[in-house]
Amino acid sequence: MAAVLNPQVMVVGAGPAGMSAALAAADCGVKVLLVDFFSQPGGQLVKQTHKFFGSRGQYAGVRGIEIARILGEKVRSHPHIEMLLDTQVLGYYPDGVLTMERSVDGDSEYLKARPRRLVVCAGASEKPLAFPGNDLPGVYGAGAVQTLMNVHGVMPGRRAVMVGAGNIGLIISYQLRQAGVEVAAVVEAAPVIGGYAVHASKIRRLGIPILTSHSVKEAHGERELEAVTVWRVDERWQGIPGTERRFEADVLCLAVGLSPLAELLWQAGCRMAYVPELGGHVPWHDEHQQTSVPGIFVAGDAAGVEEASSAMVAGRIAGLAAAASLGACPRYRELAGEARAQLEALRAGPPGEKIRRGLTRLEEVGRRVRAG
Amino acid sequence: MFGPDDASAAGVAAAGRGDTVAGTVAPAGAASGQLRRTGLPAVEDLARVIPPQEVRRRGPVAVFECFERIPCDPCYWSCKRGAVKPFGDINDLPEVDWERCNGCGLCVAACPGLAIFVVHEGYTDTTSLIKLPYEFLPLPEVGQVVGALDREGTRVGEARVVRVQKPREKVGTPVVWIEVERDLAHVVRNIAVAGGERGE
Repeated sequence: MAAVLNPQVMVVGAGPAGMSAALAAADCGVKVLLVDFFSQPGGQLVKQTHKFFGSRGQYAGVRGIEIARILGEKVRSHPHIEMLLDTQVLGYYPDGVLTMERSVDGDSEYLKARPRRLVVCAGASEKPLAFPGNDLPGVYGAGAVQTLMNVHGVMPGRRAVMVGAGNIGLIISYQLRQAGVEVAAVVEAAPVIGGYAVHASKIRRLGIPILTSHSVKEAHGERELEAVTVWRVDERWQGIPGTERRFEADVLCLAVGLSPLAELLWQAGCRMAYVPELGGHVPWHDEHQQTSVPGIFVAGDAAGVEEASSAMVAGRIAGLAAAASLGACPRYRELAGEARAQLEALRAGPPGEKIRRGLTRLEEVGRRVRAG
Repeated sequence: MFGPDDASAAGVAAAGRGDTVAGTVAPAGAASGQLRRTGLPAVEDLARVIPPQEVRRRGPVAVFECFERIPCDPCYWSCKRGAVKPFGDINDLPEVDWERCNGCGLCVAACPGLAIFVVHEGYTDTTSLIKLPYEFLPLPEVGQVVGALDREGTRVGEARVVRVQKPREKVGTPVVWIEVERDLAHVVRNIAVAGGERGE
């Protein structure tokens, strides 16, 4: 029977939010267990070869892969952080015990932990899109294509069609071209480009067309993807017959949004709310990133899908708050206040409008939580 | 802003060619409808960031093709001459002090959006110089003649590579200096290098 680990703070997920949470708590002197299912820390940062926006405090101008390296080194060398990699958290039990499966040399071992505080930074998963032929080999989530290229150095194909002109779709189109893959078109069902204009202009200069008010009608191929038919969509996002265009392609990349990975929070009984602006079901949380279950905190995409810059700041708040709740962060008000000011600045502009709307809706849920 | 005798007025108009819809002029600080639909800046977007004629002809100067309020300020920190005015709000659009900018190009390499170009209109009697960010391999060689591409990636002429600034660290953004036909100063924004295109 595996022994039970008893960290003061356990952080699930070693992405930008989780590493920031672990470092903030550990800097307060508490013992932190940081767990991630991947073989290296960084989360999505390990494949993000673009330079970050934001300000200096959030590594603006630095590429995601470099931020992963910098934070990873800090986490590894911190005397108060123990990191368990290749370790998948399986479940949360009513007695506050989390179970984990850790891969060791092709075998696996079973572990348990009962932390005094839990910070969930599990990230998000890609949303699928339904259309005939979406099960053909060659149809990928955009994240998978980015992992193939930027983590494993594998070209996903020769010619791609990208679905979605949010930042992920635009950035990965650029990276496909850097890898030597032709991009036939980016299609976007909305009437305007969702991602930053600078990312859109970058790929237009490469000669890649962006077709707004367009979506995938069908993917074609016998054994694998050979072509994609797209068509114009109306205001109700219904395809318009007669507007079809066919592109030869062996890669179809779906970048149509992310859903928070909140299963552990459901299991723990956290009050959840469906907030489309934040990506789907998200845990209610207060300004300390604490959920409705005292002692359980959340940050990053698991708390609502947003940029990695704000994930790092929210993670820091969660780590500080977890430490403060153990009496280990005497400067909490000041430090968390500074971080909250950064977070508000990052969310203050037009791109933050959706997040602000989502957080307002979440706040309404909070009022009902307190009332009930 | 641009007189009829202005050599690059034509270039600016060509740069913004596209379907600018009459009556959709965006409010200050907001990107045009064309930019949001197509990723191509409209004439009115460019008119806000292209410096006055006397500045453009005096020597190299930075043109910030940054039209949308997003939380981002590395250009401010990159400038050693204080030519990027301080940001009140990190979402503000950058503002360049033309009197302080000497076109050094540090901001070109620093901008996460690859949205800054340095332009010297009238580099010679017949040519203009453009410094642009280029994150593809192979990097061109000095003296090499490459394709000159506009904002839609369409080939509009040839460019001669004047200099290639490789970043100190491998992860930085290289800056390529090219010489183009004089009137293409505000049209050319990318290059096509023979031998393929692989990420830097």
